[in-house]
Amino acid sequence: MKALRNGTSIEERALPVLPPEEFRRAVLRGAEGGRIVAFFGRPLGEGVRLYAVLADDAAGTLAALASDVGDRFLSLTPDCPQAHNFEREICEQHGVHMEGHPWLKPLRSHAAPYSFFQVEGEEIHEVAVGPVHAGLIDPGHFRLQCHGEKVLSLEIHLGYQHRGVEEALENGPDKRAALLAECAAGDTTIGHALAYALAVEALSGSIAPPRAQAIRAIALELERVANHVGDLGALGADIGFLPTAAWFGRLRGEFLNLLATLSGNRYGRGLIRPGGVLCDVPAQLADDATRRLSRARDELRQVAGLFFETSSVRSRIEGTGVLTRQECNALALLGPAARACGTPRDVRRDHPPPGASAPPIPVAIAMTGDVFARSHVRWMETQHSLEYLIEGFRALPAGAIRAACGPPAPGRLAVSLVEGWRGEIAHVALTGEDGRFARYKIKDPSFQNWTALTLAMRGTQISDFPLCNKSFNLSYAGHDL
Amino acid sequence: MAMPENVRGRPVIDTGRCPDGCRACADACPTDAILVDGGPGSARIDLGRCVFCRDCVEGCPEGAITYGRDHRMASRTREDLALSEGVKLAAALERKMLKLLGRSLKLRHVSAGDCSACTAELQALGNVVFDLARFGVQFVASPRHADGLVVTGPVTQNMRLALEKTWKAVASPRLVIAVGACAISGGPFRGLSAVHDGVESVVPVDLFVPGCPPHPLTLLDGLLRLLGRIEDSPR
Repeated sequence: MKALRNGTSIEERALPVLPPEEFRRAVLRGAEGGRIVAFFGRPLGEGVRLYAVLADDAAGTLAALASDVGDRFLSLTPDCPQAHNFEREICEQHGVHMEGHPWLKPLRSHAAPYSFFQVEGEEIHEVAVGPVHAGLIDPGHFRLQCHGEKVLSLEIHLGYQHRGVEEALENGPDKRAALLAECAAGDTTIGHALAYALAVEALSGSIAPPRAQAIRAIALELERVANHVGDLGALGADIGFLPTAAWFGRLRGEFLNLLATLSGNRYGRGLIRPGGVLCDVPAQLADDATRRLSRARDELRQVAGLFFETSSVRSRIEGTGVLTRQECNALALLGPAARACGTPRDVRRDHPPPGASAPPIPVAIAMTGDVFARSHVRWMETQHSLEYLIEGFRALPAGAIRAACGPPAPGRLAVSLVEGWRGEIAHVALTGEDGRFARYKIKDPSFQNWTALTLAMRGTQISDFPLCNKSFNLSYAGHDL
Repeated sequence: MAMPENVRGRPVIDTGRCPDGCRACADACPTDAILVDGGPGSARIDLGRCVFCRDCVEGCPEGAITYGRDHRMASRTREDLALSEGVKLAAALERKMLKLLGRSLKLRHVSAGDCSACTAELQALGNVVFDLARFGVQFVASPRHADGLVVTGPVTQNMRLALEKTWKAVASPRLVIAVGACAISGGPFRGLSAVHDGVESVVPVDLFVPGCPPHPLTLLDGLLRLLGRIEDSPR
């Protein structure tokens, strides 16, 4: 199998196209020593071509393989739970029936009535929440099967935010493509814009100049810090510990405002494009940013101290919503959710983008897999990112911020990975003979991590739901696409 | 109050610089927000479609388009967002509505396909910096408690029913506020089969707040104008 690296492309002709049974074995083998990064279909001729991208994190390599199938495929999920949502998606998008899949329900489609899992018995009751929630939140529908206060099962039905992003990218790149990537998940504008840019650069054989790469890395860490800090504040609010909610909430704004000073927009819209970045960092901005970040770091230490050292906060988040390392690995969870279960998985270290030169940011891990671990990993990552940012603004390489990036080459497959603040973002772009996207597959980490919330909720109290949900803070838009 | 430094506020076209028959900005715009429908110098920006990217600025050979630092953009009608001289800023609610809602406005948020950036900026309105509640405006947990809806997103097919039901659950008289380019026009998703190209196609809208996402100052300005708390003349 031809090894790929992050941000590179291969000719589609070079891709091994295996018979379904052989493909199935190869994916299972790859998932055992590594994991499935993406698994998706594309209509081809009379049938469907399935593509799998596998990662070997220890070796820093990726592999892509394909198989032409008709309308049936023997499901991987019973042997490999991480294939679960990928297979539901393939079935929904391409009508390939996944034989033996234990839960082959619609993933996003609302075309047919959805049958929820139900528990029956005396004193059993059901709680339904959403899609319009009580707070300022995106829409999803949650069904909790409860015995008194105890949650036996949580089922999550999504798809409300389905806008058709992947479909809209087909036949691109066009003038809308970069905007669509930025809007895949709006709180991860930088992550998805970067993945898109890396995919297009891989297809056209170009590489962004060192200064552009440094500015991209800065923007990615600013996005991470803003979101982590915002989520720590939101956890404070859900616990009812309002001083930290207010304080973290204000500090989140500091990072968004810095991203706005850098890019013109608080979410970094319009910063990253194939070939480089559209905004330079003048020396004065870099100096100012260093000062602002140092001040924010000092304040964050105080507020995080207040949050993590208050015994009532600790007692609320320790042992709540526990995920085991076995569950984490079976689902191949991503980002802070995985690192909080002791799995040190991080694209920044394992699969750096082409041309990356800075030493990787340390990987933060925790072992207990509970709300505390997920919060504390966020806090540790925030500190690492702040050190990286302060140094990054000091040591920006000189030179251009944009290189020419020609049109994508025809008949190629490119994979780009970015460690977004929720975890690995994967974009897989396939070009047809005309050099246009024949398929553009986006995977937000939420796609894999939503299942973790259902597991974390089993056996907990229903009042733990907001807290558990917030500790993951997964994207509805990024899942629904 | 002006936008913080470098933040892209309301765009301005200096049509005096536009050569005859030039459509470079309109062709560069990814959301078809620039209208060149008359003779020379007729170019204008539809703020309801504009996502405040840089493509028109980069695409204009004459340097005729710039982003200002004016955060004020919200308008009462869709047409007022696409005026040649800028925008007609929102007027206050009529007296009867103002008397009913002006001192304590309760809103229910419906995210109908937004990418979550608009939702995040609505959340930011509640922080200690913008502190929306001090103006008597609050987000409430149920449409039954609300005077109106704030809707974000282009209205996906999968959210249409939920939006209609939520709207019907608000007692009349009720308001609807469309927040962001998607909610006003569909934004980058306009024309896609899974979306409805904005809130107006499903429920009537009383206030349009442009942006992608709107800056919290733009949101605050729009809400306060609607409540008659800001009444300076439009620029």
